[in-house]
Amino acid sequence: MNLLAQQLVNGLFIGSVYGLFAVGYTLVFGVLDILNLAHAAVFTLGGLVALWLVQAGGMSIWLAFPLATLFAGLLGLLLNQVAFVPLRKRADSQFSGLISSIAMAIIFEAVALGLFGARSVRFPQGTVSVHIWHIAGVTITSLQVGIVLVATLLMLVLTFFIQRTRTGKAIRTVAENERAAMLLGVNVNGIIAFTFFISSALGGAAGILYGLYFDSLAPDMGRSIELKGLAVIILGGMGSIPGAILGGLAFGLSEVLTVAISGTSNLRDAVAFTVLFAILLIRPSGLLGRGKTREA
Amino acid sequence: MKPFSRLLFAAAVSAAFVAAAVSPAFSAETIKMGFVFSMTGGAAAYGATQKEGAELAVEQINAAAGGGLKIAPIFEDDASVPQQGTNVYNKLINGDKVAVVVGPTLSNTAKITNPIAQQIGVTVLGVSNTAGGITEIGDYIFRNSLTEAVVIPNTMKVAKEKLGLKKVVLFYGNDDAFTKSGADVFRKVLQAEGIQILGEQTFAKGDRDFSPQLTQIKSQNPDAIVCSALVEEASGIVSQARQLGIPKTVRIIGGNGFNSPALIKNAGEASEGVIVGAAWNISSTNPLNVKFVDDYTKKYTRPPDQFAAQAFAGVHIVYQAAKAAGTADNRKAIRDAMVKLKGLDTLLGKFSFTEGRDADHSPVVQEVKGGKFSVFSN
Repeated sequence: MNLLAQQLVNGLFIGSVYGLFAVGYTLVFGVLDILNLAHAAVFTLGGLVALWLVQAGGMSIWLAFPLATLFAGLLGLLLNQVAFVPLRKRADSQFSGLISSIAMAIIFEAVALGLFGARSVRFPQGTVSVHIWHIAGVTITSLQVGIVLVATLLMLVLTFFIQRTRTGKAIRTVAENERAAMLLGVNVNGIIAFTFFISSALGGAAGILYGLYFDSLAPDMGRSIELKGLAVIILGGMGSIPGAILGGLAFGLSEVLTVAISGTSNLRDAVAFTVLFAILLIRPSGLLGRGKTREA
Repeated sequence: MKPFSRLLFAAAVSAAFVAAAVSPAFSAETIKMGFVFSMTGGAAAYGATQKEGAELAVEQINAAAGGGLKIAPIFEDDASVPQQGTNVYNKLINGDKVAVVVGPTLSNTAKITNPIAQQIGVTVLGVSNTAGGITEIGDYIFRNSLTEAVVIPNTMKVAKEKLGLKKVVLFYGNDDAFTKSGADVFRKVLQAEGIQILGEQTFAKGDRDFSPQLTQIKSQNPDAIVCSALVEEASGIVSQARQLGIPKTVRIIGGNGFNSPALIKNAGEASEGVIVGAAWNISSTNPLNVKFVDDYTKKYTRPPDQFAAQAFAGVHIVYQAAKAAGTADNRKAIRDAMVKLKGLDTLLGKFSFTEGRDADHSPVVQEVKGGKFSVFSN
């Protein structure tokens, strides 16, 4: 029983990082119908910049975290400006945008490689003071709790922001129909840029949490989460924010339980993607997807 | 201008002829040595210090050579992957025409690259390959790194004696030649020593999350965790094990992959008490070793690790063989001289090759204590 509880807790932690990563991913897709494949590179750079601020800048993680998140957001603006804006007026902007985002991903990764080197790097000891709690035979560290809290907080703020604020409503309007939004006086280009900012900031935050949790950062770490993030948003329903959160948790749990039951990590991805495949057969629009209604 | 430059040219040519005629007496031959190390990628932590160890050896040998045989090193990066290893092997052997190749860093890569050298007849000296099936590739393949098959039985025997181990869990990476063959040796030795294996868990290269496996391991309540992993994964395993509340009395016993200061740097406090069998320990009092540790620390402002030591020794071994063969470019003669080396004084101790061209010298068992590797004594 303890064993299962501990494994569920393990899955919850990794799942919440996946969720946070996927929320940013799905946000851009929901608004633009474009997959931003540079999201994983922003995730990596967010983590590495936070590390750099802590290590070279001597900052506390509490200061480095928001700064690096902000930096990731600015990267999002750059990404939008360079990879997406020039293509938006063309006829097939969805495909060309996809390709140019891959180009940006490669550029970002090369920059990370040049600046930080190929080695795995770590946050210095004691960046976050870690307390370890044993509750009913389950071991939880304060770091893990902090990660879940930060991830949950960011996701709640985002949901509130999208549902309740004026800008949030504008984002949803643009997602619904760009043309109509423009007619209603919404600054569409501004909203799109802002969406990229938020999406990338969340991706960067996920990168920092990931780096803190596993205590290992490398320029190619985005690759390990890139496909998973894609699977998570498909699982949750493309463009759905609660779906991305749910999908992230489901993915984290399925991974952990597969490893726990089989005793090897080789089957981990196979099982996770089989589950994805099965869910898509039953519910083609994903767990919380809105199906085809929007296009009607 | 024209006549003048022609005159200059003629002077230069005749000078060159004179130099060529005189040279055997003054500047002797230079042996071209190719080095293939993993300077980037997963094994970069090993490759970097290997290169430093080799550079130090080359520098000292060339400074002491006077008019004798010198070394011209050519360093290449295999990026920790066999594909890139193949490319640089082809370049070194067919392009640069090196006499000997030292490397590659990983056994996984060596299994792919070494047949290239064997086919053409170029001596390869592995200075960090410890998996099985490397020197079996052919009679041109040597290594000065003690294999897991020699180090691990010694480690387990000492650990069992001092800790009274009865039941352990085996945890290893099952998609890498080195970590897998290490696990095979561990399994065999554990059975031979009569230590019960409660269960086996595996991970894949590049994994960062080991908590599911470690949670299973914790529930089995072993006396120790026996682990075959490379240093990146090893660091994660060691720190996550302690975070999950596996007590320090449950020692983690590692193979050669654990034997890097990077483990202590990465895992910090959590690495205390980790037991590692090794071919070399920094505190060895062998005068050659003391000098090496001093020189290395002075040059690179940090102490050497085993990989630097073995690379350093490797350069000396090849150099001695070439000297004994009296050639800088006869690939076959160098190989024949390598086979004949016996009881050579190196920083690793008295060094010879076995019948199977594997390393032969005595191993040590170390533990992490106070942030350093020291000789294990419970």
